[in-house]
Amino acid sequence: MSAGVTSRPTGAATPVGSPAGRSVLEIAGLCVSVRGEDGEREVVSDLSLTLKRGETLCIAGESGSGKSMTALAIMQLLPQPAARISSGMIQLGEIDLATLNERQMQRIRGDRIAMIFQEPMTSLNPVLSIGRQLTESIEAHTNLSSAEARRRAIEALTAVRISEAESRLKQFPHELSGGMRQRVMIAMALALKPDVLIADEPTTALDVTVQGEVLELLRDLQREHGTSVILITHDMGVVAEMADRVIVMRHGRMVEEGKVADIFARPQADYTRELLAAVPRIGAGVGRRKSAEAERPGSVAVLNDLHVHFDLRGGFFGQVNRRVHAVEGVSFSIAPHETLALVGESGCGKSTTAKALAGLVPYQGDIVIGGRNLAGLGRDERKAVRRDVQMIFQDPYASLDPRMRVGDLVAEPLLIHGIASKQERRERVATLFERVGLSADQMELYPHEFSGGQRQRICIARALALRPKLIIADESVSALDVSVQARVLDLLKELQREFGIAYLFISHDMAVVENISDRVAVMYLGQIVEMGTRDQVFSNPRHPYTKRLIEAVPVPDPAKRRPRFARLDQEIPSSARKIGETPSKLVLQDLGNGHLVAVS
Amino acid sequence: MIPYLGRRVIQSLLILLGVSLITFALLYLLPADPVRQIAGRSATPQTVENIRRQLGLDQPFVVQYWHYLMSLLSGDLGRSYIQRSEVTELIVSRLPASLLLMVGAILCELLIGLTMGLIAAVKRGTTTDQTLMVASFVGVSAPQFVVGLLLLYVFAVRLGWFPIGGYGSWRHLVLPSLTMGILGAGWYARMMRSSMIDVLRQDYVRTARAKGLARGAILFRHALPNAILPVIAMVGIDIGIFMGGIVVVESVFGWPGIGQLAWQAIQRVDIPIIMGVTLVSAFAIVLGNLLADIVAPFIDPRIKLR
Repeated sequence: MSAGVTSRPTGAATPVGSPAGRSVLEIAGLCVSVRGEDGEREVVSDLSLTLKRGETLCIAGESGSGKSMTALAIMQLLPQPAARISSGMIQLGEIDLATLNERQMQRIRGDRIAMIFQEPMTSLNPVLSIGRQLTESIEAHTNLSSAEARRRAIEALTAVRISEAESRLKQFPHELSGGMRQRVMIAMALALKPDVLIADEPTTALDVTVQGEVLELLRDLQREHGTSVILITHDMGVVAEMADRVIVMRHGRMVEEGKVADIFARPQADYTRELLAAVPRIGAGVGRRKSAEAERPGSVAVLNDLHVHFDLRGGFFGQVNRRVHAVEGVSFSIAPHETLALVGESGCGKSTTAKALAGLVPYQGDIVIGGRNLAGLGRDERKAVRRDVQMIFQDPYASLDPRMRVGDLVAEPLLIHGIASKQERRERVATLFERVGLSADQMELYPHEFSGGQRQRICIARALALRPKLIIADESVSALDVSVQARVLDLLKELQREFGIAYLFISHDMAVVENISDRVAVMYLGQIVEMGTRDQVFSNPRHPYTKRLIEAVPVPDPAKRRPRFARLDQEIPSSARKIGETPSKLVLQDLGNGHLVAVS
Repeated sequence: MIPYLGRRVIQSLLILLGVSLITFALLYLLPADPVRQIAGRSATPQTVENIRRQLGLDQPFVVQYWHYLMSLLSGDLGRSYIQRSEVTELIVSRLPASLLLMVGAILCELLIGLTMGLIAAVKRGTTTDQTLMVASFVGVSAPQFVVGLLLLYVFAVRLGWFPIGGYGSWRHLVLPSLTMGILGAGWYARMMRSSMIDVLRQDYVRTARAKGLARGAILFRHALPNAILPVIAMVGIDIGIFMGGIVVVESVFGWPGIGQLAWQAIQRVDIPIIMGVTLVSAFAIVLGNLLADIVAPFIDPRIKLR
């Protein structure tokens, strides 16, 4: 941190030039309270911790545990005026941050404590260039000339391994991918070589292979600069990968603290044990019965050479001049009692495939549901067939109309398809509520009165209302906390056993997929690159992309830390192409027992 | 950019063509007879018929419109029935006054509106915020002639700071511009406030704070350019609203612009002038919107003109 110290204006607080091992940041008895409709509520209670020089401290916990509030309290960025630090001290070297006013705090922020956030897509200002956003923080804390600040910005971008750093300065955030934006955020945070870096869920919004790269980058930079890092995450895999020490939080309180190896090997608190037990792990997909292969009377749904294109308009008369090849010749079938997982990273076409199957986007190719090809059917027949295919979406907050009672929401599909009388509908909805683990008297409530996990149960009840043969679950458990996620996954499995429903399970989370699926299809740029039973794909992945995808998942066991994650310094190409230019079609080769792999 | 402009110009011409057709048709269907206005009450039926034939008003609608369109394409807006001079000349002689008033009004509304909105957003939930919003509501709901007369009474008659009416110096400009601008200022204050509150909640504003930037830099460099975008689009639409207001305000303040010209022409069914003023207004609206769209990409790099 030598360069940072010399260039710091003399008015700034005294740097802590302490030997390794001494604490950089000390929090004692921190309480944060938020004023709500029914008075003040403590969201962080009596939290004490120390952060040593050069160490990575992970604060782990589920939503509502107060981990983000703790981070914001350190930065004095608590949402105003509702939240405030009600007691405690936050000691950075000789200074108690809790007592500083806004102007004094401005000098600390960005210079001595920097922070990166979860959402790289929205954390950079869309109307300012990357260069401007980098140099302005350098200029705010040093008295470097603008040429020097620019040079420093280029250095920082090079440090986070952004190629052609100089020309990047002129770019705007929308011209960069999510992973690149997060690297820019890291460059911005580390440009002034702060003592402490707070990273609040820095990789949660990123694809798993990009997550691997960003985590490794953070680790390398920390090693080079000796920065102390507070890493906030809900992902125990990330904790195992990154942490020296771990603090587990729940309901605003510290539940357990210890060295990372101890926490994973010998968790003391019950909650930590539960949390670790709920984490989905690759290789732990308990011996499910040998899928439904034997009892496969006919497929519920068959997709044959499915294509979905989106036209992009441009040119003088706004004619179509480019086309996004979102789905490019996808074929698969799903049998009753079977779970087919569709995995891949953002933009690979997995959700678009699901939407085509649910009739939400126009497509080319054949979709056969229950033996009937949708293409040849009239409007009414198609509606009847579609009844057999229902969908559960990712965001349980956005997929329920906030102005409708949840009972009516679940009854709506019945109403639309004109099934049952009013009284019968009520009874069926009540049964459904009980089946998904809610009680019938909750039918009169509104969606905002439920937690995320409960809302996802309501969505499941709604999908079940028409007694479908196939349920498409599009990232349906991704937004849930691990413990809630585990219970929802159990519910889905139970319902499958009971009703013989088939699932098309779409997810980016390889561990969850391994846990629930019978068969797995891996998608890349609109095409399937590998497909087979779960064991075939996970134990014997053959396509390089599948291997990479599995390797990138952080393993929730500090003893199994990966050596180095092979970096891929290129972005996944875009699936938008000029008219007339068609992507080359991959040919799938059968390696035996239905294990299909793309050969080039 | 060039193909975009080409397309927009063609679109604009089509809009103007449509406006000319609709206005012409409406004036043709009007029960008031322009020939009676010209000939006067004591004219014989023979004289009336002569004038009608002279002006070509005895022709069927399609023929009349075709003639008008042809001379329009050669840049001729026709002759005024009453004033006996070229419409183009009349409009050109009065246009600078109206443009000056329009610029003054836009400056007023932006200056007052954006400042009020900005302050209200930053001081959200306080008495300042509430006071400003009540004021903006009054601005939005007060009729222009009332605002004009009120301003005249207070600042011209009582205080004597500004002249009562007329044209010539910057002092003459202040009250009419304010009268025109207050309505828009009310709208802008409300829009700016909600837009700014929305932007201040964004993640990138939090990032800017986490970098340790000063309040001013956060507000003016990070928040303002994002918040002002929807407002810019409004200015284009505003020019249309001004064209309506200009008739009232120019009459109240005796301002020699095209609004007054239009007012006189309407009273005497002077069709060529009404057509001319309408087309010029339509042109101004089209141009205003085009300018607003062209400015937008300079503020937001994500917007591309295609």
